[in-house]
Amino acid sequence: MREFEYVRAGEVGQAVATVTADPDASYLAGGTTQIDLMKDGVLEPDRLVDITRLPLAGVARDGDVLRVGALTTMEELAADPTVTVRLPFLREALLLGASVQLRNMATIGGNLLQRTRCRYFRDPTVPACNKRHRGSGCAAVRGVARMHAILGASEHCIAVHASDMAVPLVALHAVVHLRGTGGERSVPLTEFYRVPGDTPDVENVLTHGELITAVDIPLLPPDAHSTYLKIRDRVSYEFALTSAAVALRFDGGVIGEAHVALGGVGTIPWHAPEAERALRGLPPSLEVFTAAAEAAVRDPFTVEGTAFKVELVKRTLVRALRTAAGGAS
Amino acid sequence: MRVAVTLTVNGVDHRLDLDSRVTLLDALRDGLGLTGTKKGCDQGACGACTVMADGKRVLSCLTLAAQCEGRAITTVEGLAADGVLHPVQEAFVRHDAFQCGYCTSGQIMSAVCLLAEGRAGSDAEIREFMSGNLCRCGAYPNIVKAIREVRDRMGAGDRDA
Repeated sequence: MREFEYVRAGEVGQAVATVTADPDASYLAGGTTQIDLMKDGVLEPDRLVDITRLPLAGVARDGDVLRVGALTTMEELAADPTVTVRLPFLREALLLGASVQLRNMATIGGNLLQRTRCRYFRDPTVPACNKRHRGSGCAAVRGVARMHAILGASEHCIAVHASDMAVPLVALHAVVHLRGTGGERSVPLTEFYRVPGDTPDVENVLTHGELITAVDIPLLPPDAHSTYLKIRDRVSYEFALTSAAVALRFDGGVIGEAHVALGGVGTIPWHAPEAERALRGLPPSLEVFTAAAEAAVRDPFTVEGTAFKVELVKRTLVRALRTAAGGAS
Repeated sequence: MRVAVTLTVNGVDHRLDLDSRVTLLDALRDGLGLTGTKKGCDQGACGACTVMADGKRVLSCLTLAAQCEGRAITTVEGLAADGVLHPVQEAFVRHDAFQCGYCTSGQIMSAVCLLAEGRAGSDAEIREFMSGNLCRCGAYPNIVKAIREVRDRMGAGDRDA
């Protein structure tokens, strides 16, 4: 690990100013991605600004919105009573991610900004990684790519955004609050992430030094039915091969409201508005769910290792929809 | 670069002058000689380095020592009181819940927390919420038995467990 200066931030504005002024400075919160990648030599900040003492933790309800401080841990959010009752699929996604130890460390802001698990990104001895060095190529497209993306992917990059939590959050149109030296702004999570294109090193709309301070999560209606289905190679403590976050609210005999997003398959947490449109106004049926899954997985980019995910993610979504619809009867 | 840290480990304050890169795991083992906490993968994948920070289980390999100023750290050495093993330690011995033993202190720290979290309701729940601790010898069945026994004794009124 390269040497760095450790700074403990005492105040939000000071932390933002410190990191913004130094192009080689980074924030440190839970550390579960940051320290790991520093050990691997992938991240080499010369200064780490520890923000864990800043007053940015805690969950507060304001009407039908839950405001979650960026330093709230995954375990804390999963234990929140409002999440249990009004965002059950978010709770499921949180508890199906990582382990208790990691969830006690990892923060909501850090979870959104976690870096990909792509082994070629995480190994600096591999020269070809457009995410580490723009224009250097992508080793994964010709490598071992079982855990990689098929949506938002291209020959430039097939690295997955591995967050489970972010999948229901994009389905819910959560809003991220940011603080920079010039003030505050809010960005819908559906517009926060950037698909890689030919600049996979640019992962989101953050400018250097901008800090996530909170996330606003709209609550589901009390009569909605939601589920998070995660398919993986072992039953626990494993990243998703595919996953689906689904919330449905029925209006008479038809689907009145639908929220759909996919995980394990996207270069970003993959919101599927096409699937939502294919569901709205129709009665739940296998045919409708299958059509929604077809709509969600358009133009996949596959390599040998990821071709199986096209069918698997459609089936994952259909099963999640059936589960959610089953809960309606 | 150096950083001054006071680590509170098992109730005792230690004033340390550390390289900023030192993890809590290395500070415990190399700085304080508390080698009960084990270094397995050193990348947050195996759980061997599990300790408690302010009563919650965390991975000491992905925690910088400098971040722990003012936080109460508990390691496996801090579980026994007056030479008497913690009920979870006792149960691990009784049920032979290990083979090589390398993952055991992490398993025990996690199990103590699991019981405090109220997540030992069924074998399936124990397995799920212990899944962050890998055992390459495959001692899982006896680990579950040991935890189950302590849970049942707690349920019988032994709240000191």
